Amino acid sequence: MSLDKADVEKIAHLARLAIDDNDIPEYARDLSNIFDLVEQMNAADTTDISPMAHPLDAVQRLRPDVVKESDQREQFQSIAPKTEAGVYLVPQVIE
Amino acid sequence: MHTKSLSELSTSLHNGEISSVELTQHYLDRINAHNTELNAYITVSEDHALQQAQLADQRLQQKTAGKLTGIPLAHKDIFCTKGIRTSCASKMLDSFISPYDATVVEKINDAGMVTLGKTNMDEFAMGSSNETSFYGNVKNPWDNNKVPGGSSGGSAAAVAANLAPIATGTDTGGSIRQPASLCNLTGLKPTYGRISRYGMIAFASSLDQAGPMAKSAEDAALLLNEMAGFDQRDSTSVDREVPDYTASLNDSLNGLKIGLPKEYFGEGLDADVAKTVEEAIKSYESLGATIKEITLPNTHLAVPTYYVVAPAECSSNLSRMDGVRFGHRCDDPKDLLDLYQRSRGEGFGDEVKRRIMTGTYALSAGYYDAYYLKAQQCRRLISDDFQQAFNDVDVIMGPTAPTTAFNLGDKTDDPVSMYLADIYTISTNLAGLPGMSIPAGFVDSLPVGLQLIGNYFDESRLLNVAHQYQRQTDWHKQIPNAYK
Repeated sequence: MSLDKADVEKIAHLARLAIDDNDIPEYARDLSNIFDLVEQMNAADTTDISPMAHPLDAVQRLRPDVVKESDQREQFQSIAPKTEAGVYLVPQVIE
Repeated sequence: MHTKSLSELSTSLHNGEISSVELTQHYLDRINAHNTELNAYITVSEDHALQQAQLADQRLQQKTAGKLTGIPLAHKDIFCTKGIRTSCASKMLDSFISPYDATVVEKINDAGMVTLGKTNMDEFAMGSSNETSFYGNVKNPWDNNKVPGGSSGGSAAAVAANLAPIATGTDTGGSIRQPASLCNLTGLKPTYGRISRYGMIAFASSLDQAGPMAKSAEDAALLLNEMAGFDQRDSTSVDREVPDYTASLNDSLNGLKIGLPKEYFGEGLDADVAKTVEEAIKSYESLGATIKEITLPNTHLAVPTYYVVAPAECSSNLSRMDGVRFGHRCDDPKDLLDLYQRSRGEGFGDEVKRRIMTGTYALSAGYYDAYYLKAQQCRRLISDDFQQAFNDVDVIMGPTAPTTAFNLGDKTDDPVSMYLADIYTISTNLAGLPGMSIPAGFVDSLPVGLQLIGNYFDESRLLNVAHQYQRQTDWHKQIPNAYK
């Protein structure tokens, strides 16, 4: 499979990754090679094979919905890049 | 002191021949002397270690100490440690100090072990050579021009060079076993779900599993005893009793049935590595085992399948790194989109970006069936092969890696060639099975690993099979000259 510049730009946008224009040809080449590798899967006949999501066929555990954690907002926000009055700050999103 | 087994260290500590503070200081001195050349540690937690050692000495004096109390270890820098930086070898988390401990760290702290520091790794555990780290390469203690393997390359180099008696690692596609093979260690990836993933920074959640990286099967068993167990905080943790992994180390191997998958000895395997591994397997006959050829016919699908499943899951997991709540944030973002894109663009290295983009594409609208669903179906085929094989044999053996340690820089320009370094280890992650690598000899003075694969929750048997080999051989006792 061959990915072009527009494909890489689209993927980078979906992934919310800023990538340098100069690096796009290299990403296009590498991703194309990776998908060539991946497409070797197509040689396998997987008709009627059920997909395997978990090795042990586990089921989701349930627990009572009760509060166990204490409020650690200050501790959690102490490692945030920018906070004010207990909220995380980002650039303005609403005019 | 730094060449002793965990049992020997434990005896010395309990007898009062040495104190934990002395032992810890000895390792800190060795780290000071050698870490500049090897780059095995990203962070050395000297003050924290000495405080833990003092507490361990109190427990030893009060006779409330356990088997591993007072013994130092190193944690791969993927495990969250409260108060000690957890970088995951990424610029993104260069200044990240976790507000909590990973369950593995908590359990090991409770056992009274001493954290020497956090070891280098491939960025977010994505790599097979430790060359994607933001903090630079790790050198292989056996040859400083070679890679130590990855992603747990720092843990491997630290233990191989005696800068820690033992270390933790994680394995998503071979990241414990391949560096163990390249650095002459005993490394164990347990069954998926055996060890809690809570606080272990997620790469591919359906594959990730922690494990010990040690100098012997006995040491690995001792640390696994502390690491394993059910954890409410990990939704895929398995609620199943943890045996004493040292209890069956000395069981006889008489009647053991070993399977050799013919697909693991074909094209791509270095001829000298093949010979070394075959000799090691042959020697099991003298221990009472029988050997037969088996087939795992879908082995060729493992690498392609993995490079859908792992990137897809990583693209989702790493979306939490958004420059808002923790981690790197770009300067002067002009809007929210710019904040996300530039923070992530600046914070992640090339390999991480490649994998996020691979996963994003595979999961994007219209492609799900062709890639992720197909991969999950191939995963079933690979897993079924193993179950078929385990009808006939008790343990599967083969090489851990296709070659010995390769040169630094050899594969960095070609991601796909790097991916093939894990060709023999990836299948076990896809199937969720336990796998191990043990030292089996040398080719041109570089270590070769023998891989052991067991059925689900057969860690005790793998450790037993490894220990019996290590009673007959001294490959695992070899130490690189510069670090004796």
